[in-house]
Amino acid sequence: MSAHSDAAASRPGRWQPAVTQDPLLRKHGAQGSGALGQPVSRIEGPLKVQGKARFAAEFPYEGLCYAALAFSTIPRGRITALDTAAAEAAPGVVLVMTHRNAPRMKAPSLMMSSPTAAGASDLPVMQTDEIHWNGQPIAVVLAETQEQADYAASLVTAGYAPLPAVTSFDEARKTPRQLDNILGQPPVVEIGDAEGALKGAAVQVDQIYRTPRHNHNAIELHAATVAWTGDELRVHDASQLLDLTAGQLADIFGLEADKVRVSSPYVGGGFGGKCLWDHQILACAAAKLAGRPVRIMLSREGVFRIVGGRTLTEQRVALGASADGRLDALIHTGIAAMTAHNSCPEQFTFPTRHLYAAKSVRLAQEVADMDMLANTFMRAPGESVGTFALECAIDELADKLGLDPIELRRRIEPEKDPTSGKPFSSRHLIDAYEKGAERFGWERRSKAPRQRRDGEWLIGMGCATATYPYHRFPGGAARIRLTAGGQVTVSTAVHDMGMGTATAQVQHIAARLGVPLDNVTFEYGDTTLPRGVIAGGSTQTASIGGAVIAATEVFVEELLKLAGNDSPLAGLSLADVETRDGGIGHRDDAARFESYESILRRAGRGELVCEAEAPPPAEMEAFSMHSYGAQFCEVRVSEITGEVRVSRFLGSFDAGRILNAKTATSQFKGGIIMGIGLALTEETNFDPRTGRIVNASLADYHVPVQMDVPAIEILYTDIPDPQAPMGARGIGEIGITGVGAAVANAVYNATGKRIRDLPITLDKLM
Amino acid sequence: MNPFSYERAADAAAAIGLAKGNAAARYLGGGTNLVDLMRETVERPEMLVDVTGLPHGIEPRADGGLLIGASATNTALAADSHVRTHYPLLARAILAGASAQIRNMATVGGNILQRTRCRYFYDTAAACNKREPGAGCDARDGFNRYHAILGASPACVATHPSDMCVALAALDATVHLDGPDGPRSIALADLHRLPGDRPDIETELKPGELIAAVEIPPLPFARRSTYRKVRDRASYAFALVSVAAALDLAEDGTVRDVRLALGGVAHKPWRASAAEAALKGRPANPESFRAAAEVELAAATGLRDNGFKIELAKRTIVAVLGDLTGDEA
Amino acid sequence: MGNALMNFTINGQSVEVEADIRSSLLDLLRNSLGFTGTKKGCDQGACGACTVLVDGERINSCLALAVQYQGRSITTVEGLGSDGTLHPLQQAFVEHDGFQCGYCTPGQLCSAIGMAREIERNIPSVVTADLSADSVAVDETELRERMSGNLCRCGAYNGIVEAISETLGKMQEGARA
Repeated sequence: MSAHSDAAASRPGRWQPAVTQDPLLRKHGAQGSGALGQPVSRIEGPLKVQGKARFAAEFPYEGLCYAALAFSTIPRGRITALDTAAAEAAPGVVLVMTHRNAPRMKAPSLMMSSPTAAGASDLPVMQTDEIHWNGQPIAVVLAETQEQADYAASLVTAGYAPLPAVTSFDEARKTPRQLDNILGQPPVVEIGDAEGALKGAAVQVDQIYRTPRHNHNAIELHAATVAWTGDELRVHDASQLLDLTAGQLADIFGLEADKVRVSSPYVGGGFGGKCLWDHQILACAAAKLAGRPVRIMLSREGVFRIVGGRTLTEQRVALGASADGRLDALIHTGIAAMTAHNSCPEQFTFPTRHLYAAKSVRLAQEVADMDMLANTFMRAPGESVGTFALECAIDELADKLGLDPIELRRRIEPEKDPTSGKPFSSRHLIDAYEKGAERFGWERRSKAPRQRRDGEWLIGMGCATATYPYHRFPGGAARIRLTAGGQVTVSTAVHDMGMGTATAQVQHIAARLGVPLDNVTFEYGDTTLPRGVIAGGSTQTASIGGAVIAATEVFVEELLKLAGNDSPLAGLSLADVETRDGGIGHRDDAARFESYESILRRAGRGELVCEAEAPPPAEMEAFSMHSYGAQFCEVRVSEITGEVRVSRFLGSFDAGRILNAKTATSQFKGGIIMGIGLALTEETNFDPRTGRIVNASLADYHVPVQMDVPAIEILYTDIPDPQAPMGARGIGEIGITGVGAAVANAVYNATGKRIRDLPITLDKLM
Repeated sequence: MNPFSYERAADAAAAIGLAKGNAAARYLGGGTNLVDLMRETVERPEMLVDVTGLPHGIEPRADGGLLIGASATNTALAADSHVRTHYPLLARAILAGASAQIRNMATVGGNILQRTRCRYFYDTAAACNKREPGAGCDARDGFNRYHAILGASPACVATHPSDMCVALAALDATVHLDGPDGPRSIALADLHRLPGDRPDIETELKPGELIAAVEIPPLPFARRSTYRKVRDRASYAFALVSVAAALDLAEDGTVRDVRLALGGVAHKPWRASAAEAALKGRPANPESFRAAAEVELAAATGLRDNGFKIELAKRTIVAVLGDLTGDEA
Repeated sequence: MGNALMNFTINGQSVEVEADIRSSLLDLLRNSLGFTGTKKGCDQGACGACTVLVDGERINSCLALAVQYQGRSITTVEGLGSDGTLHPLQQAFVEHDGFQCGYCTPGQLCSAIGMAREIERNIPSVVTADLSADSVAVDETELRERMSGNLCRCGAYNGIVEAISETLGKMQEGARA
């Protein structure tokens, strides 16, 4: 039996976003919320360290066949010849699927264009002879073994009639395009006459910063195991958007939504890349055609060919300041490469919209369309590279002003959001700087560059601001199931790709319902569960929080009903009570209490099941909500070779309440390490002659290795955000923001050289 | 991966017999490069002859040199006490390469015969004269940060990726071969070829020949030797430039003898003979080192992305020789 | 060509399996034998996720043709603990949060155990200052260099080193036993 919320009702005691606070904040420090913030080890940890956590490519099926792909070798044109005979004749081959025999499928819809849209691109998948990017799949081979499939795929040959293609950014940028909006925000923001103010400013910085393409390169290769039973489709995916994937696949194959089940309990890293790309669609289509279950696991090259990454940007930041370090003008403009078929403009001006006070502001970004694989969201899209430009420029300004860069930030700290005018829900950036500076030993930094050395190694320190917005996605629901034995299961179709979702939610639910950790189970990763939100934009924790708050309200109201007139709770309503000690009690009267088990027992109920959907995120409309941080970096730069080593790093964050000290620290560190890669080693080489990615391998795309990473220290304010569920803002992405600038600023402090093109490779410092 | 047959050879004679007359046969050592290339369909052997059962001993010679069985693993060679004491540059070069896992698998013979990591060589959609003679070279005007600054040709600008071979080149190692026409020996420095107009022919090996052993002559002053590798990340990456060096100083502070080789700069491990000649008898100081480096790199030319390697090579030479001068071991 | 009947000892058990001669040890473990604990991250020896122990030595199973490893004793992540008890290193990885997504973890674990044996056998690394020393002076830099063949994109590197540091002594006792 299930009770559902009445979304329209606004009863006393119910959380009203932007008006009231999550009642859990009231319980902070009280018994029952003690689990929050504790460094609880990952609940799935023992499974993972034993190799027992089953990933998408690890589900066995009777009659399973293996897929391999062949890719186009031109960027744009038509396939004029496609010879599959040799592949079809190869041993073990079950099927060769091309645009000629693929089932008819609707094209995916662009993510955010509808509630079920999951497409990174809206191009049809293997439906025509058209080629839109170099590396587009042109054939799928199914065979009895992976070895057979791979070999047969290598035998597919194609001939093309090429069409003119824009594969050079320098060409593409000649005809820039202004988007209607940047993820729902205006593409241009102007306050006053910023260019005029810049010209008249006492001190000016006006520079161009460039960031290259990046690829997520989660270590798990993209994979799916798919099986049809009649018109029912079962997909084991590696996914960070389960419900959207199910809805989109239903749409593509013309199925009722409930005919598609997607699950993804473990994901071997996502970072924005584990969304819906061609491989899942092709695997489903080939499985349908062959009448057999299919496993597809992309090669690493395949991941580079068909899973988009972060696009390149060219950004101008211009700052005009008075001699005492106030901003008269703040300009951040630029351009990013994109395709005509995707929705990811890399919102690099976003951090500048909220960080600093300035008398005049101009923010604008455009895109340059190229014939390439759709670019997509990658950890802190926009903010990661936007903070590189902005925070390097701030450092350059501090240098010109002769001010400590932290002091400059103190002087331009705004009282309210500088572009929206909204109040901040909670902002403790300067606290984060001060705590971080003290711990890091910032006072030992020499003001002038090139002052410290150890043999051939020049040593420098740098800092930069980290920031990432708070978002709470609407539409997520949660179900609470309470058994007579006091066990609680909370279910919602969300994701844990290593962020620590499940562990933090167990802690959250234990705290919210006042039950021991051991009594809580968190179910996730399956579309048969109540609809969840995507794991993206650092939104999942707050979004789950909103849904669990709503479900808890229904849960309490149902229990109060069941408790009836013979309970110490008789006559009390939601507004009067709180959950504690395994039951419900009067907020102000310790004597009025009844345990969950007692209520169910007296009501003769074996269990209680409640489900509710989160209230709309009104707090985002009323407040400017962001996480902040101060990144501190020490580098050693060889004066001989230009090699850069990050020797120390500290991140000091203001991200609201931290739900799990251990897993949150790992999230922050993980972001910082990806930021070290962004700063020093990572770049996807896109050949402008062919539109083909050249370094499509982990040997040639350099993600940081152990030796690149020092011991990293993490601090956090742990100040709850009064507007956020649990007081917690997202933490998955902020770690990477500011890192590029902190490293670059440290390199400047060490060497006296400003490097404005990422990555900071040694040749730029020789 | 193409279908192939697999044979395990008990000794060199058996291996040579198995591969004899079969142009599509390949000797398989640790497989760390060959298997990768087979998966990319760059290599398409029809027969693999596993030679890991061939001699892998590492034996000091009466004259103070060292004889290394070709199937010795990279790890075994780097960990060998004689190598660590007498040829530290060789131990350090090997340890600078790849990862511990790969060094555990890779053999000495396979390391010598590994092929370039040029991405255009790996990508069968790209033009590559090494993979397909006459097809052209996409690297010359493409991404060529890792490519050659010395000895390149219009046909090919690839580099040899080995670290170990750079040290072996500096040590005047000899490679003992065996084949259908019997055993013979060749200096390691002569084994690899410059690309010229046939970059597909990478070594002087004749059809069916295999590497049986590597011999390093005695070099007492190699106790004062080292290897420095400059790369784009702190570990587990191929060299942009590397320098193997051994230095023998006279009482008066001049260079009595010196060995110098460069990695990451050419189609073969680059023995810096011109620099060596320029150094002998000169005072061991940064000015001499720099002058010698200038001589060695005088003919170097840069491509779009790798011009910096000319100066980087010079600086690294100076730094490595400087370290050896200062280190009174 | 084609298939071959192959024999191995895997986690202490004799295994006979017919497989494609082209099979890597990794694909054989995962696809033919169901040992899916060993992971594929690049299939080209560039990430270390596929690391297993062969007669106690760590290798990349993706670059190993299975046919070449017949008769050898292979240990995968499934063979590290015993009877439901975690190996001390597995426990330390959980305690120190030496992973996030957990995908590179089996390779990290096998690699660390192989590394412990290499240190025990006085095999140097490129950062070992004194090549002629009788034993490796283990410090954080040694561990980081020696573990650099195992990529972790989540960035759990600090926790991995902490877990290994804490457990190294125990692992070496295990290697001696």
